[in-house]
Order: sequence, then structure tokens, then C-alpha cells
Amino acid sequence: MIIEAQGLTKTYQSKSGPVHALAGLDLQVPRGTVKALLGPNGAGKTTVVKMLTTLIRPDAGTAVIDGIDVIRHPKSVRRIIGVSGQYAAVDENLTGFENLEMVGRLYHLGGAAARRRAQELIDLFELTAAGNRPVKGFSGGMRRRIDLAGALVINPKVLFLDEPTTGLDPRSRIALWDVIKHLVADGTTVLLTTQYLEEADQLADDIVVIDDGRVIAEGTSDQLKAQIGGHRVVVALVDAADGGTAREILARHGSGEPSMSTDGRGVEVAVTDGPTALQNMLSDLRAAQVNLHDAGMRRPTLDDVFLKLTGHKADLDATDDDTDAGGPKLSKRAQAKRDQARATDADATDLEKVT
Amino acid sequence: MSPRHSAVTPEPVTPEPAGFEQARELSESRVGTLPPLPTWNPFSLWYSDGWTVTKRNLIKIKRSPDMLVFAVIQPIMFVLLFSQVYGGAIAVEGSDYTQFLMAGIFAQTVVFGATFSGAAMALDLKEGIIDRFRSLPMNASAVLIGRTNGDLVLNTISMVIMMATGLAVGWRVTTSPVEFLAGVSLLLLFGYAFSWVMALLGMSVKSPEVINNASFLILFPLTFVSNAFVPSETLPTPLRVFAEWNPVSSLVQAVRQLFGNLGTAPVPDIWTMQNPILTVLIGITVMLLVFVPLCIRKFASISSR
Repeated sequence: MIIEAQGLTKTYQSKSGPVHALAGLDLQVPRGTVKALLGPNGAGKTTVVKMLTTLIRPDAGTAVIDGIDVIRHPKSVRRIIGVSGQYAAVDENLTGFENLEMVGRLYHLGGAAARRRAQELIDLFELTAAGNRPVKGFSGGMRRRIDLAGALVINPKVLFLDEPTTGLDPRSRIALWDVIKHLVADGTTVLLTTQYLEEADQLADDIVVIDDGRVIAEGTSDQLKAQIGGHRVVVALVDAADGGTAREILARHGSGEPSMSTDGRGVEVAVTDGPTALQNMLSDLRAAQVNLHDAGMRRPTLDDVFLKLTGHKADLDATDDDTDAGGPKLSKRAQAKRDQARATDADATDLEKVT
Repeated sequence: MSPRHSAVTPEPVTPEPAGFEQARELSESRVGTLPPLPTWNPFSLWYSDGWTVTKRNLIKIKRSPDMLVFAVIQPIMFVLLFSQVYGGAIAVEGSDYTQFLMAGIFAQTVVFGATFSGAAMALDLKEGIIDRFRSLPMNASAVLIGRTNGDLVLNTISMVIMMATGLAVGWRVTTSPVEFLAGVSLLLLFGYAFSWVMALLGMSVKSPEVINNASFLILFPLTFVSNAFVPSETLPTPLRVFAEWNPVSSLVQAVRQLFGNLGTAPVPDIWTMQNPILTVLIGITVMLLVFVPLCIRKFASISSR
């Protein structure tokens, strides 16, 4: 294990009482693998990354990276890690080249090596356009790439990517995925956080689902998907009166309990063998003379994972991900939702854990 | 095909830019070109880190004309406004108002100049670059040293402009070059020390907007309830006492003395006014001794948002 963390705990004081950003989180990352922390905003993902990258101290718990204690020897840890955050940490007034050169100098590569490395990264990341103009005025995708290049100025033993594509347009996201995939091809250990199941799926060997500051499930993407039933079939009925029949047919070919939309016209179920299940359902529905407006398959979303694992929806509209003295900025609504969810979580944790 | 950065030394040219699709090339170059970390002694590390961040702030000054304009125009405006508008109305015992005024404007400007550190720290914190710095194996004080050095440079520029403007409206230094330089050094040192105070404030507030408002709440009383623009004897008693013990007053008094702008007015019989240079030196030392460690400690625990 290159990353080994145990019982990481962080509690912030807020007006409505203590908020547990992390409630005893354990994490193991084997050398040379890519692990994704998957969870909604406020789950504690960023807090984990900030702890492991020495930015904040846990209230309790231990963390070791490549045999170095993160809390006791933060400076030694900083020598072997690269960090790229959710907000591109680049200086807007400096050019891409100057940003990277500065980072190189602060890693103590020395001036000549820092300049050579900066130019190399500019070339490799196709940042030539941003190379000699101030970063201000460049697109979000370009900034992220500069930021990511900043994390690679040394050849880090562990690369931390905190929501590397949040806020990017789909094209930039796919381009950045490409960059990251190539980085991990040669065996760099990566810990990344994301809100998107698809992103975790694309990039990670292993996924850790976290919610409310603790691990609620862990496994490969296939294991998790098997748990939530892979694809989902969704049908829209012309007549709500067919609801019962449709539900029965979907249950027959699906891998779980079908759910109905509130208006009774939408029926949805998880399936294991997507296309075949869909075909069977459609022919059964036709035989039962159920008229459809629409039918199709969709990939599971983070919402599905959460619904399945915790019994509550992922709170994707909750405000930003925790941290800093001010503490997490949770709306009253989100707070109440959490407290309510916490009770059910305790049971879910043991039951749902895979691996 | 792609233009290379002009500042780059003519180094071994890597083949054409590898696209994302050329994974091998990327990984090979990542492993291949990194030199072993040079062994540095702690002092040269500290110096190098501080200088690297200072350079960043100097580039920033060069690229943000608004900062330069503020640093250049405001002192000119203040010198002209106060000397020409109030000069005729405010009579100062034993001196001409322009001679009396200049030390006050110098002091005010260096104190105002220190607010850049506060605002810049707050902004860096908001933009997340502090997280980048804090995740690097650099010296913890380097960011703050680089920051306060940036203020020092801006203050020096302001000082030169102000002096030229002052000379144009009739201000004269009547002492020796050594005393003149001592006065200038005292001003810049005071501004530098005050930058650390503002840097701590900048790291403690929630947003860059707050720091601007907070700065003015501190700066206006500090610079106006002093002997900078009017003799402190003219103030009502509570304000007069504040003014006499105000470190800015001591700075102004010390600079007037060193530039030979005191005139013939009697010096208030207060220790701080009788020994202004010593008072200012004590003030600078205390500010640095208290706020440098506080800033470094604060820096080690801050993180964006």
C-alpha cells in the first residue's frame, strides 16, 4: 500500500452544532493503481485529499504515504506528491511557462532544470498557446491542464486529482481524461475524487464511495455496478392504467424492484444484461398490449448508486465541499437531510460493503 | 511548428510536441529528464524560495497596470491636493505647510502601501494558489516574504514619485544625504513591517472584499489621527493623546527631523515625540517580532475556501 489512512476524522463547528466532515475514514491505495473517491458535494472527498496532501490536519487518525507519516513529516511528503485541485491553482498574471517554472523552482529543481521541465510540460500538454501569455484569458480547460502540468513538475510517486474535470465542458473533460489515462499508463499511483460515476469508471481501478465522511462501499467499477444493477431500462406508458402490468413485466426481466414515477406513467428497473432484457421486456409488453411513448436504457448515475447504497438521494445541490475554518456551508435543508440519512447509513455500511 | 518560449535556454530540443495519444513519449520524458535533487543548505533554500515568490509578485506588478497606477497616481494626487488645497488654509507654527506636509504624506503612503499584502494574501487564498504553495516542499515563510517584498518595491516606486512631486511644489531636504537616506530607510522599513500586520489580516478574513473595507477602518484613524497633516496639539485631548502615542506620528516626527522639515515649532513634551527615531525603531522591531511568527503560523494552517 502506498497510501494507508486509518480513522481520519475532522469535525467543524458550525452555528447548528458540530459537523462531521470526516467520521473515521479508512483508505488503502495499492502502489501503481488508480483509486477514485466517489461521492456528492460535502461527502468529505476534498477533506481527504487536503489531509493527505498536508493542507489540513486531521482531528484524529493516521495517514502514511510511501512509508512517511503525513502528520509528522509533511515536508517530506510534499517532496513526493503532486496535487491538482478543483480550482486550477495557477497564477493568472503569470504565463503558463512562468507558472510551471515557479513550481519547479519551489520543488528545488534549480533554475535551469525548472525551465527545461516547464518547456517540456508545455510541449507535452500542448499548451504552447498558453506558454508565453498570461494565463488570465485562457479557457477553464487550458487552466486545468496547466494546473495538472504543475502537479507533474516532479515525477510524483502519488498524484492527487481533486475533481479534475468539474466545471469543464464535455470536450475538455474527455481531453483531460485522455491526459490522465496516459499518465497512469506507466504506473503512477493516482487518487482522484469525482462526483461522476462515469469518470470513476473511465479512470479508476478501484472506487470508494463515500458519503457523510465515511466509506459506504468499495470495489471495482464492475462490482459496484453489479450491485446497483448495471444499466437501467426506462419505459414511458401511454396509459397509466397499464402501470401494474408494466411493472410486473419489468420485474420479470430486471434485476431488482422496479420503481414507478409519481404520475404512474414511468417505470424503471435495473437490469444485468441490458439489450437482451430490453428486447424481452418490449416483446412481453407488446404481447400484453401495453402502449409505450418511449423506451430505452440508461447508464446508472451517481444518484442510482446512492439511492441503492444509502436509501437516500445524493445531495448534488448541496453547497460546496467542506473545509477551512468557516466549516462546511450546508443549507439547513441539506443539514436536516444529512442527519436523517445518518441513521440509515449506519446500517447500510456493513451490509453494502463489497470487496 | 510551435513557437518556443523566448526565455528558454537553447536546450536539447525534444521532438515535436507529443499529443495526448503518445503515452509512451509522455511517460518516458517524465522519468527521463529529471535531475537528482540538488543538495541545498537551509539558508540558500530559504533565500531561493523567497526570491522565487518575490519574482512572481514583481511580474504581477508589471502586468497589472491598476496596481502601478494606484502606487504612482495616488501619491502625486495627495501631494498636490494637500499642498495646494489645504496649504493656504492650514497655518503651521514655525514652518511652511508644504515642508510640514511631505513627511506626513510619505508616512501615509507607506502605510497604505502595506494593504497590498493583505489584499493579495486574501486573493491568493480565494484563488487556491495558496493550496499549490502549501503542497510544495518550499519554505513556509517564502510566500509571505515574497509578498511583503512586493510591497517594498511598490513603496519604493511610490516614494521616488512622491519626492519628485514634492520637490516640484517647493519641498526641500535641508539635512545631509546620510540623514536623508536614514529617513527614507525608516519609512520603507516601517511600511515593510506593517505589511506583515496586513498580511495576517488578509489571511484571517473570509474574502478579498472584506480586507479592503477592514483596511480602511484601520488606516484612516491611524494616518489621520496623527501629526501627519496637522500638528497634534490642535486636536481635542483624547485624540491628541492617541496621536502622540500613534506609531505613525513617531514615524512622521522622525522623518521630519531627518529631512530637516521640523521648523521652529516646539516638540510636544512626550517621550515618543522627543525620541521619535528610537520609538519608530522599537515599533518596527515589535511589529516584526510579533507578526512574522504569527503570519508563518497562520500560513501553515490556511487552505483555500
